[in-house]
Amino acid sequence: METLDFLATGFSVALAPMNLALVLIGCFVGTLIGSLPGIGPINGVAILLPLAYAMGFPPESALILLAGVYYGAEYGGRISSILLNVPGDAGAIMTTLDGYPMSQKGEGGRALALSAVASFAGSIGALILIVLFAPLLSELALKFGPSEFVWLMAFAFTCLATMVGSRPLKTTVGVIIGLLLATVGVDSGTGVLRFTMDIPNFFDGVDFLVVVIGMFAISEVLILLENWLKNDMKLTPVGKSFVSMSDLIAVKWVVLRSTLIGFVIGVLPGTGASIGSAVAYGTEKRFAEGNDDQFGKGDIRGLAAPEAANNASAAGSMLPMLTLGIPGSGTTAILLGALLMFNITPGPLLFEQQPEIAWGLIASMFVGNIALLVMNLPLIGMFVRLLSIKQSYLVPIIVMLTFIGIYSIHGDSFDLYFMVLLGVFAFILRKLGFSLAPVILGLVLGGVLEENLRRALSISGGEWGILFNGPISISLAVATLVAATGPFIYKALKPKQ
Amino acid sequence: MKTFKKSLLAISFIGLTSTAFAYEPSKPTCIAPAKPGGGFDLTCRVVSTGFERAELLQKPMAVTFMPGGVGAVAYNHINKVNPDDGDALVAFSSGSLLNLAQGKFGKGLDENDARWVGTAGVDYGAIMVKSDAPWQTLGELVEDMRKDPSAFVLGAGGGVGSQDWMKAAILMKASSIDPKKMRYVAYEGGGEAVAALMGGHIKVYPGDIGEMKGQLDAGKVRVLAVMSPKRLEGEFASIPTAHEQGFDAEWTIMRGYYLGPKVSDEAYQYWSNKFAEAYKTDAFKQTVAEKGLMPFYMHGAALDEYVKVRVQDMRELAKAAGLIK
Repeated sequence: METLDFLATGFSVALAPMNLALVLIGCFVGTLIGSLPGIGPINGVAILLPLAYAMGFPPESALILLAGVYYGAEYGGRISSILLNVPGDAGAIMTTLDGYPMSQKGEGGRALALSAVASFAGSIGALILIVLFAPLLSELALKFGPSEFVWLMAFAFTCLATMVGSRPLKTTVGVIIGLLLATVGVDSGTGVLRFTMDIPNFFDGVDFLVVVIGMFAISEVLILLENWLKNDMKLTPVGKSFVSMSDLIAVKWVVLRSTLIGFVIGVLPGTGASIGSAVAYGTEKRFAEGNDDQFGKGDIRGLAAPEAANNASAAGSMLPMLTLGIPGSGTTAILLGALLMFNITPGPLLFEQQPEIAWGLIASMFVGNIALLVMNLPLIGMFVRLLSIKQSYLVPIIVMLTFIGIYSIHGDSFDLYFMVLLGVFAFILRKLGFSLAPVILGLVLGGVLEENLRRALSISGGEWGILFNGPISISLAVATLVAATGPFIYKALKPKQ
Repeated sequence: MKTFKKSLLAISFIGLTSTAFAYEPSKPTCIAPAKPGGGFDLTCRVVSTGFERAELLQKPMAVTFMPGGVGAVAYNHINKVNPDDGDALVAFSSGSLLNLAQGKFGKGLDENDARWVGTAGVDYGAIMVKSDAPWQTLGELVEDMRKDPSAFVLGAGGGVGSQDWMKAAILMKASSIDPKKMRYVAYEGGGEAVAALMGGHIKVYPGDIGEMKGQLDAGKVRVLAVMSPKRLEGEFASIPTAHEQGFDAEWTIMRGYYLGPKVSDEAYQYWSNKFAEAYKTDAFKQTVAEKGLMPFYMHGAALDEYVKVRVQDMRELAKAAGLIK
């Protein structure tokens, strides 16, 4: 089989001593970067990119290093999500929902171990799918036009509306705040500036990273400070870190489903780990209907689903980047930039003409994920100790890292002020009992939804029928309808039993 | 007030001439006003790699990023924070000029708020369709389009008023079709638009020829016409121009660099001379070609004047299209 030959070529590249060393370094640095609150994979890859270039590595080695940082950070991102309720990046937002409650219950170790295994399963599952379906999937991704995206977003929103459990109203308000933020900036269809208040920094819209870090990290710091001043700071014990067979068996289908969902969404151009983990979480909550009262309070299913999905999307998003030159996420956009820096044009020909790069990268991801699992299980203690530093040291460190991280994006102090402002706003929201995840997802999904709806309508000349123009759109529309009405039908049927 | 500022400037120039006769940048930098990977990144790589290969600088040139508004954030930054930093070149493209012409670079800023110093090269617009599309020439496409303009969906990597949209509008105008009847879809960058073309969501993609470098062999996209004044060389030599096919549709994407508005004449002259030297070397020419750009060399006062004329032209064009009053 041709694919196997290519994969063998890939492994011979990935297992060359220097590339092996680079993948290990990349994974370790990635986990470290991911575990620090506020510095996610995007920053990690962006910081290391010039370094990899300056070291004069051959393109495949540089890419292997950077990709190692990328998925290493996806592993690491869960650590601060679970222990501090601060997601390292957008893909780890959903992990906070059940991970943080678990660590508050003293089950941090269990959560970390289980999520490491779920991440591993998600990545490996997605990689196997990449090998099997690489040519086929690049065709499927092309079939996703504006109307298909509109329904995918609509489906994600309906899942979201019931996601954060008992407070649908507050979730909806959160989503709307996110949607409002998404409207700032130049209107993609007409080029008109919206809500920019003549501030050039807003011309491209509010920067996603500034919002994420401002709302999560800064508000977290404020809450830490508040607790500190009130003097009721209690260190949550992490508990023993272990992987129990019964946990694994309990989540095996959850992980399988979430891997599939995460992978498919990762492959779609323009979507990434954040959407993948959100849809996986919502789907699992649906599957657990009637038995879902623990979701949001520390359910292992709610932890395993987003972790498997975000790692699967991270791997999946490599596929459109390599085969079509379309990044599936912010981080792959930077990796794409790295490829272009090395004079490699990704596209349909990359797999044929430069198999050592495409397949070398894929093979190195197998190696890297095994290394990450091995690295993560015994080293959890070390990463945890990193986070159980005294609050009086931790708070300034978080603040410093977020400020450096944000300043490094644009090199403009405006972002720092805006980040602090958002942090204070998010702090107030949290005090009022709002959850922040819907705000961020509203911001991410809202932009994609609006753009694609506008595109669909400009293609059809304002005819709404275009939204039902093919089998994919119709299936997604039906799925949305089921997700929206499911809970009510279920409730109506229940008393009869 | 303005004259006062100018006289102040003049005084500072006199002050500088005595001390900094032979200007030498201590930290040569190229600011790419976008995220890594795009056209501005490429523009900066041309000067940093090209100057290094031609051994023109004593210190290597760093590339930094300042994304936002097709260069608006960098334009404002240079004007408000570092108007006199002679070490920092900023990359620009025709897209930046177009936005400048439409007043989208912020209140009170226009083409006179920068010192345009050198070019990297040019790229040309290209009319592309999917490789299995029924049209072999631009004429066939336009003929079909005239029958029912609303059935033809064009899409490209920028919104209405962007240079991608301009290319589509110019094509419409040249084919005497009302641009207002055009169905135009905006994507985020050329990559997404090419994917939409391959997926059959759009029928025509007015993109850039440079981004097709090395891609034509893949056979997924057919280029019907290149919007250049005459035929290109190398791998694009077989593609006819729009002119040849009887359509007066031309679009040149210029890439180049500017300095802050208050940069000293010495610094400006220094860079202008460096560009003049670079244009004579094979190392620089080769770098330009590698990055998918075609030669277009202009520097110093000539470029400054050229840019100002071009922005004025674009302003007229934008007015005609009803984009600005």
